[in-house]
Amino acid sequence: MNWFIAIIQTFLFVALAPLLAGWLKWCKCFLQNRRAPSLFQPYRDLLKLIRKQPVVAEHASWVFTRAPYIIFSATVLAASVVPLIALNLPTSAVADVIVLVGFLGSARFFLALAGLDIGTAFGGMGSSREMTVSSLAEPAMLMAVFTLSMAASTTNLSVGITHVLNEGLVLRPSFVFALFALILVTIAETGRIPIDNPTTHLELTMIHEAMILEYSGRHLALIEWASQLKLMLYGVLIANIFFPWGIAETSSLQTLGFGLLAIIGKLALLAVFLGISETVVAKMRLFRVQEYLSFAYLLGLLGMLSHIILEASR
Amino acid sequence: MNIEQQDFYTQAILSLAALVGLTSFLMLGQGRLLRLIFVFALQGFLLSFTTALAGFSLDNPHLYISAVLTLLLKVIFIPWMLRREVILMNTQRDIETLKNKTALMMGGAGLMVFSYYVLHPIVQTTSPVMLNALAVSLSVVLLGMLLMITHRQAVAHVVGFMSIENGLFFAAIVATNGMPMVVELGVAFDVLVAAVLFGIFFFHIRTSIDSLDVDRLNRLHEVDK
Repeated sequence: MNWFIAIIQTFLFVALAPLLAGWLKWCKCFLQNRRAPSLFQPYRDLLKLIRKQPVVAEHASWVFTRAPYIIFSATVLAASVVPLIALNLPTSAVADVIVLVGFLGSARFFLALAGLDIGTAFGGMGSSREMTVSSLAEPAMLMAVFTLSMAASTTNLSVGITHVLNEGLVLRPSFVFALFALILVTIAETGRIPIDNPTTHLELTMIHEAMILEYSGRHLALIEWASQLKLMLYGVLIANIFFPWGIAETSSLQTLGFGLLAIIGKLALLAVFLGISETVVAKMRLFRVQEYLSFAYLLGLLGMLSHIILEASR
Repeated sequence: MNIEQQDFYTQAILSLAALVGLTSFLMLGQGRLLRLIFVFALQGFLLSFTTALAGFSLDNPHLYISAVLTLLLKVIFIPWMLRREVILMNTQRDIETLKNKTALMMGGAGLMVFSYYVLHPIVQTTSPVMLNALAVSLSVVLLGMLLMITHRQAVAHVVGFMSIENGLFFAAIVATNGMPMVVELGVAFDVLVAAVLFGIFFFHIRTSIDSLDVDRLNRLHEVDK
């Protein structure tokens, strides 16, 4: 029964990710006084890309053609670890936060390899930039998540969230810092403004788009889907670690349905905030990204410090 | 004693202390003057909120007066004055280049740890809450000093100085459960006087070197080096 729910949850993750992207786009269009495409436009785009024949460059090796499948499946595996609507599922019991970061890391590794494989200037540039950003973002993310781990004395996400949930409303200074750090890391890792602009193909500024420039057809569809999945994954992490109320603790149909409604509401709200921040903030110069991420790291560090100093027992 | 066992007031005070510490860090890394002043106003607001919360929780009505005074002075009057000064000098679009920002931030984190280390012996004699609040206040004071050392604009120096005062005020509110009214009025009056004095000081620097960048005061040597 629990495995069944875990599979359904992963399926929901994969199915809802394009919807979140569509909603985010809708919010941004509304704020910028443009007419928004339908909420289901990302699904149509994916469908169109899947139907098309992929065009592969002459010099592409097997890395280039296999990479989209590896990236997509690694991201789906990462998503299966994160509790979306229910806690205490077998998938989240077998893997903890560090495994989650590992899955995302391996997906990124193959993406960077694929960018380098084709041998174009843009691919190499995008890969090098992506690795620079992620090498700075990953420690900050681990710092933020370790704050939760220290508060709940576990690295397992599900157990940690249960701990936060059972504690009731406790104002923790360390969680405030960790929340801000995780938001900053999310923006950097999912390639949103001010770090990277997902809608641009302007040669000097792109990071993610530069790596996948040579992809087409179903390969491109898988990579786009994986990046939408990643955005949703980070959103769920923020929503469920810091505001876990509503998530199902038992596996009855009613609580699961309520959990689904709660997470949809939380993600929709989060996307509104992301849309606002993307509308008011301008894209940052690449050389200032390091300052931004070191600030995120500093916040994570302060979160850990304030946990040890302000909250731990003496 | 774990944080889950503290009452809600203590949790709120600790969270506010953390946020006050955060605003100090934000000020430290801020190169734009108008944004610096905005963060300073935010810190003042947090301070005023803390005071009001203490007044509510300890049932001590005169703390409300203090909260309103803080609100008027540190959130409205002083930021307004500094903002006017910046716009008058037409420096609102300048970005001050801070040398080695990352090292600066890490130095700030080091100062925070240092202030905990210094205050740790106090834990034997008092409650942990007071230790935390005092430690955050001390680090706000030290970060304010670091801000004054690293920034070159006179306006940033004033903000640093006022944030030192904020740190002391926060310590006083949390540690003493509200000072006597006379002391609070005296402090508020001092801040007001300081603000006026800084206004005059700005005026003099501006008329003598036509800028608020204090590094340029070095050029006032009688002989060239």
